[in-house]
Amino acid sequence: MRFSEEQIHRYSRQIILPGIGGKGQRKLQEAKVFVMGAGGLGSPAALYLAAAGVGTIGLADSDVVELHNLQRQILHRTADVGLPKVESGKRTLESLNPEVKVHTYPERITSANIREIIKAYDLVLDGSDNFPTRFLVNDACYFEKKTLISGAILRFDGQLSTFKPHAGGPCYRCLFPEPPPPGSVPSCQEAGVLGAVAGIIGILQANEALKEITGLGESMVGRFLMFNALNLSFHEVKIQRNPNCLLCGGNPRIRELIQYSQSCRGNVAA
Amino acid sequence: MTGEEVKGIVEKELNLKGKICPYTFIETMLTLEEMEPDKVLRVIIDYPPAACEVPQSLKNEGYEVLEVCPINGTDWVILVRNKEME
Repeated sequence: MRFSEEQIHRYSRQIILPGIGGKGQRKLQEAKVFVMGAGGLGSPAALYLAAAGVGTIGLADSDVVELHNLQRQILHRTADVGLPKVESGKRTLESLNPEVKVHTYPERITSANIREIIKAYDLVLDGSDNFPTRFLVNDACYFEKKTLISGAILRFDGQLSTFKPHAGGPCYRCLFPEPPPPGSVPSCQEAGVLGAVAGIIGILQANEALKEITGLGESMVGRFLMFNALNLSFHEVKIQRNPNCLLCGGNPRIRELIQYSQSCRGNVAA
Repeated sequence: MTGEEVKGIVEKELNLKGKICPYTFIETMLTLEEMEPDKVLRVIIDYPPAACEVPQSLKNEGYEVLEVCPINGTDWVILVRNKEME
């Protein structure tokens, strides 16, 4: 199908890029990306995906917009306080780019529904704000063979990696075998997060998603990026598949999804 | 290149009169992407900067620009050959 004149204008600065062209833009148009969380990470990530013309975006979040979210969750406006985040997020994304189909999942994402939901997508971006969901998303992506672009933030720090164990790379559990014990990391209220840090990591997740979709550049598979805002440093370490990984190792112990209990202790900000 | 020679090799014509850069280049590139390798596209433009910028951008992208010339007081024609199969 040919691009309309309006589409050519809308995406002109992107189509013109070496390696994208019409073929790359079409890949974006046909891509389906699931964004877990319409919060600090999901907001900037989904905005840039929609702006770039990713054809279908799935947005999952069971929370409503609260005033204290607005310092970093840029999908939502002051007038949206009290609305389900997915509803507010869908409206913002569609007002930015009406061509994008936004599917919303206001229900809680659990071991009972996640595999069925992500089946319909090519790529998963995790912007969840707690460890139970983070591990659930990783395990579901492993079982469904979906590429996972994982971002995390806390205070002034951020982390990013791409997990593609179905293509030979490590999974999240190769690095972090189990959720941390309750109380070992600051609670959601104690921790805090600088809004711009959420923006930086969320946009990097969108960047990696656009690269995975178009096949451009060097994937973050096997690479783990750590960011600190206070000294503005990016530090990268190589990561490898753990042959003894509980999930993707040679003798896996985890053969089905685990529903870890959700408590405020052990949350990360998003 | 004579008019007869051009007529023989041109596969498709793209009229971009009234369009400005970078639209002119992008529409040209998108049209070439849909054409068979090695085929020639004839592009007509009337936006003066495009007479320089479109051929240069096409060359940067690896296309062979065969000819750029004015055809009357306002319009230019650009002949460009599509890339071989990548």
